[in-house]
Amino acid sequence: MTTGAPSRIGIIRNEGRRLMERWWTEMTAADEAQRPTAYVFVMGSLDEILRVFDLPINYPEITSLQTAVRGRSLPLLQAAEGYGYSPDICGYVKADVGLQLQDRRHPNGRVPKPALAIATNMCNTYIKWAEIWEQMYRCPVFVLDLPAWRGDRAAPDPRGGAFRHDRRYVEGQLRDLITLCERLTGKRFDIDRLREVLAEVNRMAGAYHAVLALNRHRPAPFSAIREGVVFQGISNLYRGTPEGTRFFELAADELRERIHRGMGALEEKYRLLLSGTTCYAALRRFAELFEEWGGVFVHSTYMLFAGGGFASGFEYDVARPLESLAEMLLLSAWRGFSTPMFFAQDWLAETVRDWAVDGICFHGVKSCRTTSTGLPDVREWLRTRYDIPGLFIQSDLVDPRLWSDAQLKNRIDAFIESLAARRAAPAPTRLA
Amino acid sequence: MASAESLDGILEECRTLVEDPDFPAVRRWLDAHPSGKVLGHFQVYFPEEIAHAAGMLPVKILGAGSAVQIRKADARIAAFVCSIIRSSLELALTDRLAFLSVFVTPPICDAARNACGVWVRNLPGLTCQTLYLPQNAASPHARAYLTEEYRRIAGVIEQTAGRPVTDDALRGSISLFNENRRLVREVYRVKRETPWLLSAVEAYTLVRAGAVMPREEHNVLLRRVLGLAPRRPAKPHDKIRVVFEGGYCEQPPTDLLAVVQDACYVVDDDLLIGLRWFTEDVPVDGDPLANLARAYLDGSTYSPVQHDPRKPKPEMLLGRIRAAGAQAAIVAAPKMCEPGLEEQVHYIRALEAAGIPHLVLEFEEKMTVFEQTRMEVETFVESLLFDFA
Repeated sequence: MTTGAPSRIGIIRNEGRRLMERWWTEMTAADEAQRPTAYVFVMGSLDEILRVFDLPINYPEITSLQTAVRGRSLPLLQAAEGYGYSPDICGYVKADVGLQLQDRRHPNGRVPKPALAIATNMCNTYIKWAEIWEQMYRCPVFVLDLPAWRGDRAAPDPRGGAFRHDRRYVEGQLRDLITLCERLTGKRFDIDRLREVLAEVNRMAGAYHAVLALNRHRPAPFSAIREGVVFQGISNLYRGTPEGTRFFELAADELRERIHRGMGALEEKYRLLLSGTTCYAALRRFAELFEEWGGVFVHSTYMLFAGGGFASGFEYDVARPLESLAEMLLLSAWRGFSTPMFFAQDWLAETVRDWAVDGICFHGVKSCRTTSTGLPDVREWLRTRYDIPGLFIQSDLVDPRLWSDAQLKNRIDAFIESLAARRAAPAPTRLA
Repeated sequence: MASAESLDGILEECRTLVEDPDFPAVRRWLDAHPSGKVLGHFQVYFPEEIAHAAGMLPVKILGAGSAVQIRKADARIAAFVCSIIRSSLELALTDRLAFLSVFVTPPICDAARNACGVWVRNLPGLTCQTLYLPQNAASPHARAYLTEEYRRIAGVIEQTAGRPVTDDALRGSISLFNENRRLVREVYRVKRETPWLLSAVEAYTLVRAGAVMPREEHNVLLRRVLGLAPRRPAKPHDKIRVVFEGGYCEQPPTDLLAVVQDACYVVDDDLLIGLRWFTEDVPVDGDPLANLARAYLDGSTYSPVQHDPRKPKPEMLLGRIRAAGAQAAIVAAPKMCEPGLEEQVHYIRALEAAGIPHLVLEFEEKMTVFEQTRMEVETFVESLLFDFA
């Protein structure tokens, strides 16, 4: 840090807000101009191809969570339930159905109608959700199969025959999508433009990793469930854009400055890891319940699977763009999406060790069986094999009716007290 | 199996068999084949022919109904997850599935996608695999991919079985399973055309028995029942004809089906649709794995857990109702079933638009009280009888 240089403190908050507002301005403008818009999801958005065709890209997971952050999700959920959707399905889906039913008017702007919906098989609810738009708007739904984690402990071998078959399938599907986009937009596919976007995603992935790595510092300069959520949002909405990359470069500058000044996310007493998602219906409160004890979330599986799938080793080879895109989608599906959700114990154990984590919060949400189903099992696995303390709690992503403050506070208080007792006690039997 | 001589006796034996959480038919097979290996597969569809061709016994793992108290699995799985995922795991954690050498789960839903990880962690001696069936089923590339995916799973099976899956063995297995599917279609024809000869529960337990016993035996059983059913001294009743939709994965309790059949004829359904996935025989000539892949993609029916723009599910349901000559539909979904509950809304809209009366039901495999359901079904049927009068 050069003395005399302007301070970067505050830039994450300000730039994050500015970019989010800009995105909403673009969405609303796309709606007014009735531009054909693609609806996508964070795990496998295929922005790389859509940006080649200059399609506006809507992320309904993000617009849904924003209704909860603004305290406006409940009427949307109730509208969807009135339409026939069960209280037992994904709240993101219902918040979006409620939004569509009120003419796509969101507290932050207006989302355009979908001209195309893209869903990967990384979450089956993505596909069911896209089928709702298909029924509502008769728009085409493109499902991208990403055959990913299949039960083996070993990582896939990109040179192996099985991987080659999978890659061929994914590449074939990408070519089909390109044809569909050409038909939809009337534009010819430009492979050089794809190369540019891939190169930009590479830069963003590098900057994203740099930001995350800074949180290994003690005290951690940011909270994975406060700034971390902003990082996830920008990594998706601005994937493949210079603005997105620049944001992460600036964010890294601010975090380095925080470290230089000895500023932590808070007065850190316990370093925590989140497995699962946060609760957007009580975003601030969720963090406070840990922070009032000095607990800071230094990392999360959420930042992996919902942060662009930028797993380690992520880098496009722009010399062979489509093949490389297919390869990286498959590797992201394995390392970035599937493993952190379905087979997370190894990554969690390594992160506890390497990031000096005191305990893990496993947060199950009714809305998302993808991220929640096996959490109690992973917690038990890590407790019995590695003596890693874990707390399993449940609420929801966007449904405030499922937030039980007193109950959660009791559980979290007890967990932190157990961490304190553990720290105070000698630990002769703990594993290194 | 089926030591009884009478039709009623055979059907009663089927019901006992499918409600027994200790898989008696599998244990009998293992007694007769001491070195035999068993492959379990979760709902909805698995190409059982591949396991059969390796000499293994393929068995459907589809929960435990109310026969098993879920204790251990509840500590492993989050609260908001359907019962079939829990009870299937409970069967494994209580050693009722100790006979399995391989367990395969297709990622049909978000909970099932997690199941593989939970099983891998908890059952270290068991080979657990996810079989990625295409969701981009209409893609021109899906068939080649699926053929290779089947080849991959065949490799896993060969390693376990200790013998190769040859093309000739596969062709023999495809023929056997084609015959089984043909006989099951015949059961459904009887149910559709003369529902008084085979009730919904009887037809269901008869078909379901095939999920947990060798198909060779099941074919013998089906032939006997199909021979005996036309001679049954049963007379038609003036009942509403309905289609039951919503039993493709978690199974409704047979007592719930009994409540429905007391009030109406269930002339078609999607119960255990994976056993009846193909709408026509799988060809035995040519590459058998490619034939199985083609049949899965291009010669199959529908379910909420497969996306295929060529098979719009609400329209397919209307087609099923029309083909069965049904007057109404019962649209059910298991509790906590994301795909089923979401699809239900599309089904209801389509039925409303087509003017087809329907009753929406929610169930759970482990439910044991049916009075509320009985009242709903009877009220629904009475309202229809007045309408049609």
